[in-house]
Amino acid sequence: MNSVIVAENIVKLYGGQRVVDGISLEVSRGECFGLLGPNGAGKTTTLRMLLGLIAPDGGNISMLGHPVPAAAREARIRVGVVPQMDNLDPDFTVSENLIVYGRYFGMRDDEIRARLPGLLEFANLAHKKDAKVPALSGGMKRRLTLARALVNDPDLIFLDEPTTGLDPQARHLIWQRLRELTARGKTLLLTTHFMDEAERLCHRLAVMDNGRIISLGTPRELIAGNIEPQVVEVYGEAASNWARAHAANHAERFEVSGESVFCYVNDAKDLLHELQQHPELSYVHRPANLEDVFLKLTGREMRE
Amino acid sequence: MSIFSFPQLSMRFFPIWRRNYMVWQKMAGPSILGHLADPVIYMLGLGYGLGGMLPQIGGMSYIAFLSAGTVCYSTMNSASFEALYSGFARMQEQRTWEAILNTPVTLDDVVLSEITWSASKSLLSGMAVLMVIWVLGLSHSVLSLWVIPLSLLVGLCFAATGLIVTALAPGYEFFMYYFTLVITPMTLLCGVFFPIEELPIALQGVSAALPLTHAVSLARPLLNGAIPKHVATDIAVLLAYAFAGFYISLVIFRKRLAQ
Repeated sequence: MNSVIVAENIVKLYGGQRVVDGISLEVSRGECFGLLGPNGAGKTTTLRMLLGLIAPDGGNISMLGHPVPAAAREARIRVGVVPQMDNLDPDFTVSENLIVYGRYFGMRDDEIRARLPGLLEFANLAHKKDAKVPALSGGMKRRLTLARALVNDPDLIFLDEPTTGLDPQARHLIWQRLRELTARGKTLLLTTHFMDEAERLCHRLAVMDNGRIISLGTPRELIAGNIEPQVVEVYGEAASNWARAHAANHAERFEVSGESVFCYVNDAKDLLHELQQHPELSYVHRPANLEDVFLKLTGREMRE
Repeated sequence: MSIFSFPQLSMRFFPIWRRNYMVWQKMAGPSILGHLADPVIYMLGLGYGLGGMLPQIGGMSYIAFLSAGTVCYSTMNSASFEALYSGFARMQEQRTWEAILNTPVTLDDVVLSEITWSASKSLLSGMAVLMVIWVLGLSHSVLSLWVIPLSLLVGLCFAATGLIVTALAPGYEFFMYYFTLVITPMTLLCGVFFPIEELPIALQGVSAALPLTHAVSLARPLLNGAIPKHVATDIAVLLAYAFAGFYISLVIFRKRLAQ
């Protein structure tokens, strides 16, 4: 059994609207799989269905060999969850949070206590083990939430936007820990709308929009399959006028967004030569990244 | 599994009960003081103040009469406050339920833990009032010990019915309806402060349907050293409210949390 999660054509309706509209995916053991999408794309709903917290209106799910939601409780014995919003116990210390949570898995206190030093070290919280939750920084709370998700030594870990709201130092520490988990053979399923996070961590990604998966593959495959390899961003007041007159002659595709023009090209030589004739324009030449793919697939307009 | 499925009971509720007990332990002092102060003030104030002007009621002093009512309404209040305000905080504000439901614990276990925990607060409250009753010399009967399990039963009854309100509540303000329209009238109609027989006949009918009436009807003779007249009926009514409240609140919680 190499597939940890198998979802076939799952559907969720809220008030007649198809919030999740026929999603199929398969996550293998040891893989870090990312669900990417703008707000309201259906990522969290998909996650909650996979966990068996809400029942799908159509389709089949199996997690760690158990049918979900029918045997979701049995499956969750081997699962850890890092939720989008912190729900630590504010009345308890760091250690108490871990002990109390372990009991929900049916673990004995001595079993949990034996795991405490390792969990605290993993979360860089050994020095804070007797601190109460309100005294912790945002990054510490996230790390504690991650440690809490590991209390039962799960095979599969769900992370819903694990670094939203954290400063760069705190994010990097979380990323490092998540890579350590995959190195230990854990399977990770995470949602994010940070492209750099997805590109760094995920072996495979599914881009979701309007409840559907619109593209699936490794980060490199997504870039190669959806977009030209080079991007030249042109800035300045004159950029949009220049683009209307000339961009089409030098780029396979271009988009105007305010005072910036994004030119997508297979070979940038000709375009760069053209731009050098226009000293009033400034530009950046860079390889295409996941964010370009994401914006191409899901559009530039705001989602609220 | 439909939202109307019968509750699946398991011992998995117990780690959640222990969690609530651990939180309570951290503020046990103020909590116990609260359980004692309110009933003592009522019993001393009304019992002696009002009682001085009143003749005996059914062969007992007014303060002894009132003490049985006080046990019941204190246990009712303890469970109700815990199930409504604290329960809502755990479900909505602190997201404690959300954290627990990600583990191999189900909503049925969580709701059972809320009921048993709120009933435990009633048990504590009932024992606190019973101590005051003994210290004031208002009861001399061994039968008064039955008030302890009765407190637990009253707690289960009001915790379960209170959770229906928690399950429906959009916010804390909503609870005022329940306390103003249900709990306060119940306190006045169920024989806590005066015998039900003093009420107009129509209101006596209402009173007979309310659970607190049946709690008082058990507690008063027990504290006075007599065996209650309608033990089976009274217990059956309290249990019926407890089971109905558990089932109805669970159905509403299932619907609410499926959003």
